[in-house]
Amino acid sequence: MPAVLQCPGYPEAKLRCLAESLQCREVQASTLLALMGEPQQYSYPSVFIYGHRATGKSHVVLALLTELELPHAAMSCVECFSRGLLFEQVLMALFGPEAAALLPRCASFSDFVRVYRQMCAQEPADQTRYIVLERAELLRNMEANLLPGLLRLQELVDDNVTVILLSEIVWDKFRPSTGCFEPLLLHFPDYTKAELQQILSRHSHPSYTPELYSSYINILLGVFYSVCRDLRELRHLAALNFTKFCEPLEKGEAQESDTHKLWRRVEPHLKRAMQTVYLREVSSVQWEQQQMDEKEATALRGLSAHAHVELPYYSKFLLIAAYLASYNPARTDRRFFLKHHGKIKKTNFLKKHEKTSNHLLGPKPFPLDRLLAIFYSVVDSRVAPTASIFSQISSLVTLQLLTHIGHDDQLDTPKYKCAVSLDFIFAISRTVNFDIVRYLYDFL
Amino acid sequence: MTTSSVSKGCFVFKPDLKKRKRTVDIEEYFVDADDDCSYGRERFSICRSLWEKIKTDTEILQDELNKKILDSLLEFIKKCTSSFQCRSDEWSCLMRASEIPTAALVLGVNVPDHDMTFQSLSDLLQESVTPFAVSVQAKECSGMPKSNLMQKLLERLMGVRVTEEEYEEDPSLSGVPLQQKRVSCSIGALCQWYKAVTNVRKHIKFSPGKYCSLENDVLQCPPIVVIFKDFEAFNPHVLQDFIFICSRYIQELPLLLVFGIATSPCTIQHMLPHSVSSLLCIELFQSLSCTQHLATVIDKLILTAEFPFKLSGKVLQVLVNIFLYHDFSVRNFVKGLQLALLEHFHSQPLSVLCCKKKHALLNAQKLSHQHLEMLRQLPSFMRYVEAQEPQEQVQLLTSDKYVKEVCQKLLKDIRKYHKNYYCILRCLSSLTSSLPKYPLGKHIRELHMSCLERNIWETNEYESAIQLLRLLAKDELVATLKKFVFVLSQYLYSTIPFNARIWFWNKYTMLCPLGMHVEDVSEGITPLGKDLQKKTDLFHLQKTLLEMKGSRRTKKMTPFEMLKNEALDFIDCFVRSHLSPPELQPLHEVCYYSSSGFLRQHLNATPRTSIQTALSQPFYYLQNENLKTDAGTVSSSAPDICIVYKLHLECGRLINLYDWLEAYATVVSGAEGKDPDSEEYGKVDELKHARFIKAVSELEFLGFVKSTKQKTDHVARLTWGGC
Repeated sequence: MPAVLQCPGYPEAKLRCLAESLQCREVQASTLLALMGEPQQYSYPSVFIYGHRATGKSHVVLALLTELELPHAAMSCVECFSRGLLFEQVLMALFGPEAAALLPRCASFSDFVRVYRQMCAQEPADQTRYIVLERAELLRNMEANLLPGLLRLQELVDDNVTVILLSEIVWDKFRPSTGCFEPLLLHFPDYTKAELQQILSRHSHPSYTPELYSSYINILLGVFYSVCRDLRELRHLAALNFTKFCEPLEKGEAQESDTHKLWRRVEPHLKRAMQTVYLREVSSVQWEQQQMDEKEATALRGLSAHAHVELPYYSKFLLIAAYLASYNPARTDRRFFLKHHGKIKKTNFLKKHEKTSNHLLGPKPFPLDRLLAIFYSVVDSRVAPTASIFSQISSLVTLQLLTHIGHDDQLDTPKYKCAVSLDFIFAISRTVNFDIVRYLYDFL
Repeated sequence: MTTSSVSKGCFVFKPDLKKRKRTVDIEEYFVDADDDCSYGRERFSICRSLWEKIKTDTEILQDELNKKILDSLLEFIKKCTSSFQCRSDEWSCLMRASEIPTAALVLGVNVPDHDMTFQSLSDLLQESVTPFAVSVQAKECSGMPKSNLMQKLLERLMGVRVTEEEYEEDPSLSGVPLQQKRVSCSIGALCQWYKAVTNVRKHIKFSPGKYCSLENDVLQCPPIVVIFKDFEAFNPHVLQDFIFICSRYIQELPLLLVFGIATSPCTIQHMLPHSVSSLLCIELFQSLSCTQHLATVIDKLILTAEFPFKLSGKVLQVLVNIFLYHDFSVRNFVKGLQLALLEHFHSQPLSVLCCKKKHALLNAQKLSHQHLEMLRQLPSFMRYVEAQEPQEQVQLLTSDKYVKEVCQKLLKDIRKYHKNYYCILRCLSSLTSSLPKYPLGKHIRELHMSCLERNIWETNEYESAIQLLRLLAKDELVATLKKFVFVLSQYLYSTIPFNARIWFWNKYTMLCPLGMHVEDVSEGITPLGKDLQKKTDLFHLQKTLLEMKGSRRTKKMTPFEMLKNEALDFIDCFVRSHLSPPELQPLHEVCYYSSSGFLRQHLNATPRTSIQTALSQPFYYLQNENLKTDAGTVSSSAPDICIVYKLHLECGRLINLYDWLEAYATVVSGAEGKDPDSEEYGKVDELKHARFIKAVSELEFLGFVKSTKQKTDHVARLTWGGC
């Protein structure tokens, strides 16, 4: 029972058609329509729409604008990474390429406003113009005047224009400290399970009955709803696994009505899909290939199965030293790396506030000197401080096994952090016969 | 050069092309090394031809090694391309999220080596799949994020088109709108460009109609392949945004990504959140490990008699150590080999004899008197002379002609030695590489290095290896011997006596059936057991038991054991006669490069040691006679920083600046030649003060001292010991 969208000024047939395509988003669509008013009426200067991924924000907005044939410019802020590009695209979409050519090379916001007004004087708006900006959170990283300016663009250009911002985060995170024009906020809530079921069931496979597909979607949601509510992803997973679901039917082992049997067959398969293809451990092509080959037993090795990294001998020790420097308090180095460290009482040694595991707190930065000091004491042979030792440190940084702290310009006493996990360092130290547990403060 | 600028600043002066000196020909370096007729040119040409050979060989090797992975990668790209073409309206295709096909290419941590692989990959792509293959590096895309990456991509792709126009002078190409003055740096522009280009291509290719359909498809819509050479070094945000943008256009633009990964595929998950990685369809390609790569390079370049140039054990050890301990880079290994080659031919005048057999004999004939004198000075030759009869010794030391003849003979001998050496080395390695605990090393290079250093048969490791071989189970022994025979049979050219081989082959063929039927061997024991049952009276029993005991002590050998011992003794004899270290061969200096210290100094530089040498022995670098002093002292005329450094070595952890200054002033006054008794002597004047401050700040810059807040007017010393 699609609720009828109603708004004067638009043809009935199109509205009905829209209501068909905007299932489960009727409330939001009609609010938007009400906000937009009749085509020639002035609309609210800026609207901010937020909601999680794949909750139909762009879909609703763009469907409304294209279906009702309203003049609009829609772009993603990821793509228009500089303001010049953004202005160009907006002008191009609203007024054609000549307008975009009028922009100077490094367009500022006032240039944009000037060109807009110029074009607007030539072709005044008889309908509200819309500027839709997806992923609007990226506007915050651009120039400070851009977001406030866009919010009151209507006032600045003196034209019937509305800016619609779409984002996944709430408006509170946007508000500039200097204050700005407050847009109208519109929230798109997540789809409920029933709604997801309804939407997904719409695209049933042409060669099977909609009921069968609907029951399949039901099973799918039973497995995946707890981990994933992203409509796009769910649809993808549904498409990937549907052949498996239909396999018993194809072979004639089951009827369409044997839902329980079908469920029993497909459920373990879906569970496995959740651990592999959903996490992109295995690519979707490989997954389908595997389904076709029917090799259930020889499961594909996922990406994280190949965790082993081959490193040169000294790089391994450098990494071990870096790990020790990151997770041991500097105070305890004497205890671990000095042969005759004198008497350090255990009670003194274990300080109360350090009782919490260093591994829970994460790696701490350490200076280069400390890294090298630990390195020379853990490596079993005498190593000359050659240039290649130092270059290995920087190559570990480019491999992202270490991270450089602070700015790149700082040449004097650089600081690093170790960026590898405990399991990784265990594997590394096993290959060089180094018992790292004996040297870790947390395992004392 | 001056500028008209009033203010201070940096000015760039482009070098004047005319003024630039003509670079000295490399050949000149060889000729200048010795003044007259030292065959510098010959040596250089030999060196160059050898290097060319090494270079082409390694390139071929590299291509062979990469062939498998690159072929599968190409297969993947072709498959993806064809799936782009036939995007049907099938239900599953419509429902599936369109992912960007991505190849994760795991290449190992030796990043500099990847260049060659990527080069051959993009060559292959250009050749067979698409003209639109772009590779980007992280360092090109730093600075302004995103826009740079996009800009590079567009530049390179559009650049391709421009160059294409030059080649194909087709009128239909002029239909493509020439590059706009300001191409907006977005993928939308790329889309338009791609459509224009493919339309033209379609136009061209369809008219002759001579391509078959599938090929045509690939050619019509070639994919755009973006290769990220060093995936780890990219800024994750840039990558995320790039992938996000690409995924929006994947319907219109057949994009393909290749990630060059140095560590492990897990980094993809570390760098990209699920929302982004879910846009990719990642397939994994793993390359050969670099240690395997090194093994093949050593196998082809070093363990062969083809190359006259050889490395001594220590030099090889240095190169292998740099590889294993420091960089894992095969390219650096080959570079090290090149350095050794160059240095050998540059520093050893007799290396003119180190070339192909015919050539070498010819060169030996042409040797000058001076060279022959040098030849007589060679330790190995002197040892050879001493071993000869007195009469011959005299002849060797006086007659040049005779020496030339002997020299030719020795050169032939050393060639023969090499041929046999590598043959037996491989055979021995085939036997020992599968033994438990690898007493002689797992890799053939380890065996080679120990053979180079000493008589291998005198080592404990060899003993235990032979022991282990004797203890092997019959079927295992037969299997290893089979390998041995196989390797031996491959070396047809080696001069190991033919009948010896035949003999061994016969033994082996006899061994085989014996090994297979173990039961036969035990037959010898059973008759005795039968006897035991027959003899019932005590005396006889005692007698037979004694007999049995005796026979057990002598242990009658089964035919199998006899054969086994014979075979192993034969192998041992082989090893003893052919695997002697090259140092015992006369004239080995001609082929073997042995200065490992030189290589280590150049390939594995120690900056700190050099600084300390410069400071403690300024003569070493400045080459000024005045600075020559005994070890441990510094001349008072040395540069200020050296004096200050020397003085600071005598201090403790904290250095009093005033005492230091006074000591400095005293030393410097000595250099000025002032009378030690005069009042002026050791006085600190302004000039000395300034020089001292400058020297100390230089020392601080080098990291030897630093200012401290513990005590006023003190600095802290930072280095200890004298390494």
